[in-house]
Amino acid sequence: MKTVIAIGFQVVLLALLPPLLLGIINKTKAWFAGRRGPPLLQVYYDLLRLMKKNVVISSTTTWVFLAAPLVGVISVVLAGLMVPLGPTVAPVHFTGDLIMFAYLLALGRFFTTLAALDTGSSFEGMGVARELTFACFSEPALFLALLVLVKLSGVLSLSAMLLPESHVRIGSTASAALVLVAVSLFVVLLAETSRIPVDDPNTHLELTMIHEVMVLDNSGPLLGAQIYASAVKLMILAAFLLHVMLPLDPALVWRDRGIMLIGLVAVAGIIGSVESLMARLQLRFVPTLLVAACLLSGFGFLLIL
Amino acid sequence: MNMLILMIAAACIICSGVPGLFFRRRSATGQRLATMINVAAAAIGMAAVLFHEIPRVVAGGWHPAFSLPVGKLALGLDDVGAWFLLPIFLISALGSIYGLGYWPQRKHPTDGQKLRLCWGLMSGAMVLVVLAANSVAFLIAWEIMALSGYFLLTTEDGRPEVRQSGWVYFIATHLATLCLIVFFVLLRVYSGSFQLWPTDVTGLPAGILAALFILGLIGFGFKAGLVPLHVWLPDGHANAPSHVSALFSGVMLNMGIYGIVRVVVIAGTPPIWWGVVLISAGVLSAFLGMTWALAQKDFKRLLAYSSIENIGIITAGLGLAVLGLSMKQPIWVALGLGGALLHTLNHSLFKPLLFMGAGGIIHGTNTRDMESLGGLAARMPAVFRLMLLGSAAIAALPPLNGFVSELLIYMGFFHTLQEATAARWAAWVIPVLAMVGAVALMTFVKFTATCFEGQPRTAAAADARDPGAAMLCPMVLLAAACALVGAFPALLTGLLDHAIAAWVPSHRSIPLAGIINLWWITAMALPLLIFAVGMALWIRRWRRGTCEKSIGTWDCGYAAPGSRMQYTGSSLIQTMARVFRRILWRREQPVEIQGVFPPTAGYACNTPDPLLDRVAEPFLKRVGQMLESARILQSGAAQLYMLYILLIVLILLMIR
Repeated sequence: MKTVIAIGFQVVLLALLPPLLLGIINKTKAWFAGRRGPPLLQVYYDLLRLMKKNVVISSTTTWVFLAAPLVGVISVVLAGLMVPLGPTVAPVHFTGDLIMFAYLLALGRFFTTLAALDTGSSFEGMGVARELTFACFSEPALFLALLVLVKLSGVLSLSAMLLPESHVRIGSTASAALVLVAVSLFVVLLAETSRIPVDDPNTHLELTMIHEVMVLDNSGPLLGAQIYASAVKLMILAAFLLHVMLPLDPALVWRDRGIMLIGLVAVAGIIGSVESLMARLQLRFVPTLLVAACLLSGFGFLLIL
Repeated sequence: MNMLILMIAAACIICSGVPGLFFRRRSATGQRLATMINVAAAAIGMAAVLFHEIPRVVAGGWHPAFSLPVGKLALGLDDVGAWFLLPIFLISALGSIYGLGYWPQRKHPTDGQKLRLCWGLMSGAMVLVVLAANSVAFLIAWEIMALSGYFLLTTEDGRPEVRQSGWVYFIATHLATLCLIVFFVLLRVYSGSFQLWPTDVTGLPAGILAALFILGLIGFGFKAGLVPLHVWLPDGHANAPSHVSALFSGVMLNMGIYGIVRVVVIAGTPPIWWGVVLISAGVLSAFLGMTWALAQKDFKRLLAYSSIENIGIITAGLGLAVLGLSMKQPIWVALGLGGALLHTLNHSLFKPLLFMGAGGIIHGTNTRDMESLGGLAARMPAVFRLMLLGSAAIAALPPLNGFVSELLIYMGFFHTLQEATAARWAAWVIPVLAMVGAVALMTFVKFTATCFEGQPRTAAAADARDPGAAMLCPMVLLAAACALVGAFPALLTGLLDHAIAAWVPSHRSIPLAGIINLWWITAMALPLLIFAVGMALWIRRWRRGTCEKSIGTWDCGYAAPGSRMQYTGSSLIQTMARVFRRILWRREQPVEIQGVFPPTAGYACNTPDPLLDRVAEPFLKRVGQMLESARILQSGAAQLYMLYILLIVLILLMIR
């Protein structure tokens, strides 16, 4: 029974919560700017409306363009089933799932970028070039973070790794390593979900966008699927980050589920604050930022080696 | 019995091109006959490997021995060999079917017969390389393979660039054989017999052992294409007919890997530094190969460099297994060797698929330059789907086969963290592999998108059509195999476990199923596959219904967008090319703008192989100049050369 509730909780959370995080980010940004901002549930309304709309697509495109948003959703949801969203193990967990997790995200990226190039648009080409280039630097950062976590926990499964039996004592070398990993993962999260300082989701100039420009030619349910997939990605990476920072206790299930929820909201708030307080970096400095993230995790690894 | 069937299969494949020589030049009968013999022999051979009990150790098997003046020829097979035999049979048969459409005798009357004769010779010789149980048989088979390979690569010997790349291959393969001859002579001297695998050379001085390892690594590394011994590979693959590239890349590189797999265990437990060398060489090859692949404009060169990357990943996995043997870590051995062997098989599935698809593009458009393609997805829908699958498989995306083998190798390297041993540094390989993976993804997005997506950039691309069934069927089979291995990897663990156990008989191996439950991959792959099928049906319905497709791409209000304004592959990788400029070492002719109203300016940029272009060629030219005076010996008269041989043999006899 407990397992059923745990799985149900996770699936419901994975399906329903992600758009709220986008709403919180927007609300935070509005608060910083002194505006009232869109309602907290605006993204849900947008998604519902997009689902009802008709689709207009470019005559250059092929089936890949229609398939990509859906592959994007399913790959990111499958990846989400492997990250625990609370103090209980994730619905899917097996030895080696951490690599599956990383490569499912890559599968989504493969199809999103192919769909963007399917239109033959140079704007979308620019977005793809940036997305793929930055991925070449964020991927090693993610794997270096995984190295630290595997070394500390001694297991090769996300659930067991993020919910370790014995917690790292605050003040130990390992906790210092985890702080470095958390910072690095936060940078990876910002890059993977295309937030400031890597990309500005609200920009109005096609030439400077990354993720927004890749979905430029999508409309209706296709656009909805793209927005939803990137929201889910945001949530699972945020959950990943929270597990590194918060020691959740499997004994106090509901309390720690609450902590997780609050944490997710808090991460969204932090992202919103970063977006409000920082300008985006010049594109040529983004690889430098990501290399810095790699180095942080790398030094974290050195600490515990 | 088993052995006899395999020998008959090998003999049939070797001779498959011979009947064609007796038919008229424009007759298609010879080619059909060759294909039939090849497919039938390969089917029998595969059945013999799969459905018969293979003796665990060579010595236990049926051991035919033929006498030659130099010694006896012995053949045998163990489970490691069996693993390498399967792709040889498969690709040889599929490639010959593909040849019916791609290289029909009617259209290639001058070189078709030569190609098929050498095709059979090379495929059969590769079977014999794996079956060889002593060094005499091995070297003979190896040389037949290498030389027929030369004639295959230079099929179109009328073109100067083909002769050039063939020449480089010729030098490389002879350097490889030179190392191997010394290797086998040393082995003979210290073990006292020609017998191979297992060779019993325990108790050798460390220096000799090191020499054996280095010689073997260089000799087989040349064939496998490990950096920096890869110089023959990119141009050779690019200039050969596409099914020949498929055979080379998919199978012949494996022979190099096969050799290294055997060499590292010649003396039982290898020293630790062997593993270190292999892992370093592998990671270096993977990283450089992928970076170079990224910058290519010729899609066959791109695929060739990606082979170097895959060989690197395989070698790194093998290095981990060697490290595991030296440090008594059976998990490392199982994951490292299991991953390496599985990746070898996977590479033999998706790389021929990609090369055959590349052949399809050449067939339809007559160009290898991807920047003059585009929009082929609508014109060659079948090739596009197959190539998309191949690209996803080689980029190691789930639910396809490349992912499974990379998963095993990653897991192996993650396991090095768990023991408090001196090998914790090995885990540093992981972030490099991750970066290689991301660059591979970028490379294949670039490849697929530039060739197939958007609008055609030239008239040749606009008129392209899908090739015929003879070319598509082998590709469909390979694609199905990729999906099958990706979705049900657990079905292969039995064969893999046998191969791991047979590698070093004295080592107690643990089964892969005890380390990782590969059925989980099936559990994750099935939703993806079912979803893909459902989606295909849904899209088909949807396209007719609600989906409106009347206008062009968003062009920011620009009035006259042209197909040449699309993002090209080169623009896609521009940032990465700048980051990696020291590795790519391109030849660039920058734009020079002069005056207020500049005249037309030009920009050219190409990416030749940096090692060949900047290191090997200048160095060899210098050597050639220095040795100018030695030309006196080279008169060109055959009699004089015979005299040299006579004198040298006499001198050698006197010394003895």
